[in-house]
This record gives sequence, C-alpha cells and structure tokens, in this order.
Amino acid sequence: MFKVVKLQRMVPNIHLMEVDAPEVAEQVQPGQFVIVRGAEGGERIPLSVADWDRKAGTVTVVFMEVGASTGRLARLKAGDNIPTVAGPLGKPTAIASAGQVVCVAGCYGIASMFPIVRALHEAGAEVTVVLEARGRFLLYWEDRMRVLAKRVFTITRDGSSGLRGHVSGLPEMLRQAGVAPSQVMVNGCTFLMSQTSKTLGGLGVPITVSLNPIMIDGTGMCGVCRVSVGGQTKFACVDGPDFDGREVDWKELLARRKQYLDEEAYLCHRASCARGV
Amino acid sequence: MAEKKKLDLERRAMPKQPPHIRRRNFREVAHGYTPELAIAEANRCILCKKPSCIDGCPVDIDIPAFVRRLAEGDFLGAIRKLKETNCLPAVCGRVCPQETQCEESCHLRKKNAPIAVGRLERFAADWEATQVQLQMPEMRPPTGKKVAVVGSGPAGVTVAGDLIKLGHKVVMYEALHEPGGVLTYGIPEFRLPKQIVRREIDYIRKLGVEVVCDYVVGRTKTLEQLLDRYDAMFLGTGAGLPWFLEIPGENLCGVYSANEYLTRMNLMRGFAYPKSSMPIKRHRRVAVFGGGNVAMDSARTAVRLGAEEAYIIYRRSRLELPARVEEVENAEEEGVIFQFLTLPVRLIGDEDGWLKEVECLRMELGEPDASGRRKPIKIPGSEFRMPMDAVVVAIGNSPNPLIPRCTPDLKVNKNGTIFVSDVKTGKTSKDKVWAGGDVVTGAATVILAMGAGRAAARSMHEYLTGEKLAGTTSEVTKS
Repeated sequence: MFKVVKLQRMVPNIHLMEVDAPEVAEQVQPGQFVIVRGAEGGERIPLSVADWDRKAGTVTVVFMEVGASTGRLARLKAGDNIPTVAGPLGKPTAIASAGQVVCVAGCYGIASMFPIVRALHEAGAEVTVVLEARGRFLLYWEDRMRVLAKRVFTITRDGSSGLRGHVSGLPEMLRQAGVAPSQVMVNGCTFLMSQTSKTLGGLGVPITVSLNPIMIDGTGMCGVCRVSVGGQTKFACVDGPDFDGREVDWKELLARRKQYLDEEAYLCHRASCARGV
Repeated sequence: MAEKKKLDLERRAMPKQPPHIRRRNFREVAHGYTPELAIAEANRCILCKKPSCIDGCPVDIDIPAFVRRLAEGDFLGAIRKLKETNCLPAVCGRVCPQETQCEESCHLRKKNAPIAVGRLERFAADWEATQVQLQMPEMRPPTGKKVAVVGSGPAGVTVAGDLIKLGHKVVMYEALHEPGGVLTYGIPEFRLPKQIVRREIDYIRKLGVEVVCDYVVGRTKTLEQLLDRYDAMFLGTGAGLPWFLEIPGENLCGVYSANEYLTRMNLMRGFAYPKSSMPIKRHRRVAVFGGGNVAMDSARTAVRLGAEEAYIIYRRSRLELPARVEEVENAEEEGVIFQFLTLPVRLIGDEDGWLKEVECLRMELGEPDASGRRKPIKIPGSEFRMPMDAVVVAIGNSPNPLIPRCTPDLKVNKNGTIFVSDVKTGKTSKDKVWAGGDVVTGAATVILAMGAGRAAARSMHEYLTGEKLAGTTSEVTKS
C-alpha cells in the first residue's frame, strides 16, 4: 500500500496528489510516468510525474478528473492508502544542455512539464515556457516556472491572461520575443500536442511531445498504447512516451484515445448514481 | 502375487458444463473428477515395470506412485507425492499438454486409452484444497543467503518454492498488481480459475516467500541496484511482447493483441463490466488470428462476451493447429467458427478509424518446412473480405525487452530471448543472474517454464552453498 501524503485541488477539475513511494522517488527522472490504482479492483491509470522528493521518498502527480477512476482518486484524503504506485515507467525525457528550448504546456501537462523545465534550466539550456489554458482560472504553477525559465508566456482562449487565442499564435509570439527555438517540448492533452506540432512544424527543429494514449499494464505487454511514428508502430509505454510530434499520426492517436469514451461515461454516471450525486 | 488385472480401456470422462450453458458464462468448463471417478480412472493404471510416463514429464513427477495412491484412496499420499516435484499441481493438471507428454508415452495409449494423468493430478490438488490442514513441506534451516526472483509466473514460483525450502530467503517481484504472471493475466477464468492461482501463490507465501507487486524491475530499480541487495537473482519475466502481423490497418480501433484482449478480461476482470472498472466492448463479429491455445482462449472469450460470430483465422489446416486438441474441441462445441488455410492481408477501417472489414487470401499446403509442418502457400487472386467488428492478433509473443534494455551487460539472443550458457542451469552472461521459462525459450508451456525454474534453482543453490543436489530438490529436503 502507498500512503497519500497530500491531495489538493489545483484548479477546477485538476488535482495534485503527493504519495509516499520511496522506491519510485529514488529513481524517477523528468518525463517518466507511474501507474496508479486508487482502489482495489480499480483501473490502472498512467500519470506523468510532476515532482518528487527523494529524501522524503514521495512522488507528486497532477491529474484531471475525467471519469470514475480519476474521480475516486480526486476524493482521496491525506492519510488514505492506495494499492498501486508502479514505476517510474517510460524513457526519461532527453534534456538539452544548451540552446533555446521552448516548453509549451497546458492542463495536467503544466505539472509534468515542471521537472523538465527544472532539468533544462539546471543543465544550462535557456528555457521559454508557454502555458496554455481556456482562462486564467485554469493556470497554475506559473510562479514555479518563473523561478526557472528565462521567459514565461501565457495564452488563454478568453484573453484573461497573456495572449488571447490558441497555440496558433505561437510563431508570432516567439518572433516578437526574439526567441529562435532549437527545440520545442509539448506536454498536455493530445489536441494541444497535435496543434503545436502543426503550428511549429515549419521551424525545422525537434518537437518533443509526451504522448498519453490508453494504457493497461504500462510495461510493454498489451500494446494498446501503440502509435504510428514516422510510419512505424511504437509502444508509447516503453518506446516513449516522448516522440517527435512532426512524425506522429495524430488522427490515428486521437481516434484510438476515444475508443472507450462511451463505456467510461457510463461508468462515470454509474459511480455518480452510487454516490447519490 | 495378485491375479493379473483385466485391462480397463474406458478412459473416464471428466464432467463438463454443457456447451450451450458454458458459452454464456466465465465459470470453469470442466468440473473435475469425483472421488469415485478418480479412483476408477487410477485403477486402470497397469503399473508397468518400466513406466515411460515419467520420461514424458518435464518435471519428472513419479506418476505411477501418485496414481497408485489415488487408486488406493490415499489422496493425501497422492498429493504429497505430486508436490515433491511439482509445486503447481492444480495448475498443471489443468493446462499442461498431457497428450504430448506423460499421456503420450503411457503404454495404454497404444489401445487409445492412456491414463488421464492430468485429470488425476487436478483431482488430487483440488482435493487438498478442500482439506483444512494444508500439508507443509520440510524446510531446511536458514542459510543466510538472499535471492531475488523477478516475475511471479510458473518459472518464478518454482524457483521461489524450491529455494525457500532449501533455506534461502526469497523475495519475488511482480510488475503487475497481482502475482501469477501469464496464469493471472493470460489464461482465462473458464480454463484456469484465478482462485486456484491465488491459492498456489498463497502456498509459497506461507512457505515464507515475500511477494512484492507493482515493482517493475529494470525501472523501479535496475538489475545492478537490486543485485547489491541480493546474493543471486532469477529472471522469469516471460514472453510478454505481443507480435503483430505487420499488415496495413493493424492500428485501427477494434484491433487487439491477444495480450490486451485477455488482460482486459482476466487481470482487470473486464467480463464483469460495468461492475468492474475496466471498460470493454461487446463486439458482434470477432476474428482471432492464430491457431494456438491463446487464440482459442481469445475466441472462446469473445463467444462468452456475446459475439454472434467468433472466428479462428489460421493459415494452415486443422492438422497443424498448435493448440491442444481438447481446447480446439471445446472451442468448436462452443460455436467458434474455424477458417483454415486463410491468411489475413489487410484490415480496412471506416472514416472514424474503426475496423470494418478483414481482407484475406486463401492458402494451400505445400512441402513440409523447417518446422516439419506443410508450408502454406498463397493462392494468387483468391482475395476475399469478411465484415468484422474486432480482430484479436494471437500469433505469438517474444520476451519483454524492458530488462535487457535497462541492462546493457545482459547478453540477449537475436530473437530477444535471454542468452543462457547452459539450459541445464539457466545461468546468464551476467554475474549472479539466472534466467528460465519463456524469457529464455520464447513462448512455450507452463510445465517447461517450471522445469527450467527447477534446474535454475538447483544451479543457484550450488552457487550459493557449494552443495551439489542429486536428483530432485525435494529428495534432498526430505533427507
């Protein structure tokens, strides 16, 4: 069993969980993920690692409440025990030690981008962070990013913070700031990663995306997480999760991610009914 | 001298759920022998002077001895005899291919009525489970040595069971949240109830083996890091990497590897959805590619989930099916449709990325190939399409590359299996590390993995203590 040390709502629908998992904490690197089960009989949920404390032996994940299983996770409290925190899984993100790296993040990806920004900064790269959200009320950790990054920009759909619009405004934004990226990194929902890859694909620099397809075991056994990258089939759990966004077949990935939406929605309603909501 | 017995050639059938009932539930297909049936079947054994059945057994079970005890009604004696060399009799009695092992070499086979060794083994193990007092084996005093077993499938459980009895401290690591390996995630409930797997794991826990789940060796800790904590290590990580046909359309929605399809059902209990939290689809038309036991398991699972048509699509003919005859018969009785001499060449999807049709080619059999089976040859221009909602690819697995990738100095063969210097010991190229089971042989059977585990345990014990064990491990622990 793994003890929950902290559970906190960051912004609406996005929660932070810090959990006691010393073996994982000792080993984890930026860009890796863990498989979490919130209850016996529960789903195996892959979650990117957002932070860790090797001395205290804890690992922090930030997740979005999207269904029955993540809903159950969100209602845990400090002191509760959960049956599974397995990892760290996936290949660590390759960290550049020089150049201008632009890190685009949205949603739960803001949190998983944080250790990458920290590692880039420590390695000596110049980091520009771009946070994307629907509105200011969905942004978090901007302060933590400012400590490490040379610049932090925000893009909101409603214009409540930074540039009004979407990542399509990125090229102009970077040009105005005089940023000529040597690498782009994107963490967030599949839509954000695909759009950023399209928008910045013309720059001719690597666009590292951290893919989040459906997974079951997370160790390369089931193959449900397979994605087409550069015309080849890869398992995101063991070959990734990082790939070059310019080579990813986004249409296929988006379709595969949606396979169980109906069944998950049904589970979610069922769980709500059981709780009397 | 007793009067010479008249040959009884009536092999006792095992009561089963009728097909029309069992194709709608996930409960075990066969009920197992009653004590009366078991005694009657055991009494058929002619106790030949030179029993050849033992030679057919990869773990050298003293078959005539345990069968004789059953015939005498000494069930306790029978299970003791079995457990001397086989720590998973309830599992092996169910999933071993006895027809190509012990039962193949039975003298009564010539009369088409070999002793039903598997059914008897199963009976003895199930009988023991109903007893209040579990028989504990004799344990040697602690040696002070610590061993890590990586993987909790048949090979790992055998090594753990053998080494703990010899006095070593054993910690067994499992990457998933439940131990048992392929017995838990792969083989369906209707063929091997999970309660039996849990019982066997509980048994080695009672012997003192510590089982650590959710621990991904290679990632949670590297081999190197773990070796600092242990005197020796056994890798029994199985063959978990699914093969695909590498034909167009294999990444369409509705296309599964058998591993995914079966893991959803078995480990994650998807068959209980929506009572379980694993979402699953109830497809109407399902095609399974492949002809092995895993393919049968997948097709029979599809039937139980309510598929109106479940196909086995196999490129050779019925004669070449690698699955056990019994499982093929079960599948047929349950309504699985066999399409022999058929090769899938393309999967066709709709605009939303969902599988719609399977395009196949007809085949014919040519000359025997390297495997001794007649080689299937494509018939040009024989393309045809079948409308299909789901495809399960069950054409085989190779070892999971995670540990080799994280362990540069562990020698691996071209096909991804771990190199061992001698199959009789399972010693790998890396100091203090042994390996066995599917990770060394490629996907094979439960009993072969156990045999490899037994051999490795013996070699590891010799390495740890300098003592060379003669015969079986259990013989030594008895002395």
